[in-house]
Amino acid sequence: MDFIENLGSGTRASFNKLGRGTHFLIQIFSGVISVLLRPRLLLKQMYSVGVMSFLIITISGLFVGMVLGLQGYYTLSDFGAEETLGVMVAASLVRELGPVVSALLFAGRAGSALTAEIGLMKATEQLSGMEMMAIDPVKRIVTPRFLAGLISMPLLAGLFSAVGIMGGQIVGCGLLGVDEGAYWAQMQSNIDFYDDIINGVIKSIVFGFVTSWIALFEGYDSIPTSEGVSRATTRTVVNSAFTILGLDFILTALMFGDH
Amino acid sequence: MNNRVSDQDSLVSVRNLTFSRGNKKIFDDISLDFQRGKVTAIMGPSGTGKTTMLKLIGGQLFPDKGTVFVDGQNVHKLRRADLYTLRKRLGMLFQSGALLTDMSVFDNVAFPLREHTHLPESMIRTLVLMKLEAVGLRGANQLMPNELSGGMARRVALARAIALDPMMIMYDEPFTGQDPISMGVLVHLIKSLNNILGLTSIIVSHDVHDTMAIADYIYVLSGGKIVGQGTPKEIQESDSEWVQQFMTGAADGPVHFHYPAKDYIDDLLSSGKRY
Repeated sequence: MDFIENLGSGTRASFNKLGRGTHFLIQIFSGVISVLLRPRLLLKQMYSVGVMSFLIITISGLFVGMVLGLQGYYTLSDFGAEETLGVMVAASLVRELGPVVSALLFAGRAGSALTAEIGLMKATEQLSGMEMMAIDPVKRIVTPRFLAGLISMPLLAGLFSAVGIMGGQIVGCGLLGVDEGAYWAQMQSNIDFYDDIINGVIKSIVFGFVTSWIALFEGYDSIPTSEGVSRATTRTVVNSAFTILGLDFILTALMFGDH
Repeated sequence: MNNRVSDQDSLVSVRNLTFSRGNKKIFDDISLDFQRGKVTAIMGPSGTGKTTMLKLIGGQLFPDKGTVFVDGQNVHKLRRADLYTLRKRLGMLFQSGALLTDMSVFDNVAFPLREHTHLPESMIRTLVLMKLEAVGLRGANQLMPNELSGGMARRVALARAIALDPMMIMYDEPFTGQDPISMGVLVHLIKSLNNILGLTSIIVSHDVHDTMAIADYIYVLSGGKIVGQGTPKEIQESDSEWVQQFMTGAADGPVHFHYPAKDYIDDLLSSGKRY
């Protein structure tokens, strides 16, 4: 009986949370115009959300690209197809690894920081204090961070892919002797702007949306104690990872399913 | 129809208020009045919902039953925009100060001015320095909140609370955890700001001595009810057991030392199974 009871209350709690999250998202949207009228707020957050993630994204992108170059070369050279290394590296990065890995890193770097920041602001009554000053904390604090995440994510994913392609080139052409002209020319003729690049950008926008939403909501909804905030931060990383990977499968099936 | 009250003397009037958290009744059908221009204190043991009362007055929480009128307006019937307009005229001082930690003292005090007015920066600077001067911290305007002592943080928060020249300030436990000097400073500030700026003040506190010194009227709450009210003198002379226990700080009395529990002997002799 306990099991059924727990199942019921667990399901109810989940739906309840989903409802609160959706309501929160609507509140975020209601502040978009006022934030756009004050670009300084947005720029400040883009710095802390986006620019501060620059290093981890660049370094990770470089190594992922180098590994792709290495692994791709060994497989392709068995078939004498090492000239297509550029296509393989670029397609994997632009379609999949760029958006997904950079979103996972973004959730770990920026998402957790957002949750902790908002959660601590709640715990120290800063949000409550703002409400009493007749300033809507969602509009003033949350919406700029949400927009900053939404804008930064595709830029970071693009950066990740670009650096990764260079990493693949360094390993493939520099160390393993793939012809440089072939690396770039094959990439140019086989990577489609709409099918590959735009789809990758769409993915990263979706991931930026959900990661920022989850991170901000977990912080806003956290229990305002040190334990509550630390749990919320963990939930942000775990839930973001699941959501990113799950959505990636769905998006991939929709985008590339008919090939 | 019942959205306005005619009682001109009280800025805030709470009528038949009931509020519960879970199964626990925090307030059980109580009515309070806060006179214009006076310092009114709400006192009572920890956990009697004193802070909750301030949040109900500020419209951050909704009562189960009853009404709260602030300046003639029913707080919980107001539309969001109207509630925010009302809140601009209310200041609240949180126990922790609730300063924004990513801004300097100056920017914290300037925050409500920048958000709510379109004043030029030079005028904001003048106003902020005036408010900081009033709390004695003009020299600290470039410090960050983490560089302030607890008492200083509360004074900065007070400067921020008066930034928009409110009609009323609510103080949430302003004296808790202060050394005697900062305590004296705060007591003096609250009283003098109230008189000089013509404010109405509500103080929530369990600090008997200092609250008695500055309050014009006191409500003593316990167990969701008003157990005593009156001027400090009347409270001191009250024959209510509750009030006397609170004033003298007796460990046991109407407010029991022990949290409700089952019989002690039975508990010790039972198997120790978790219940």
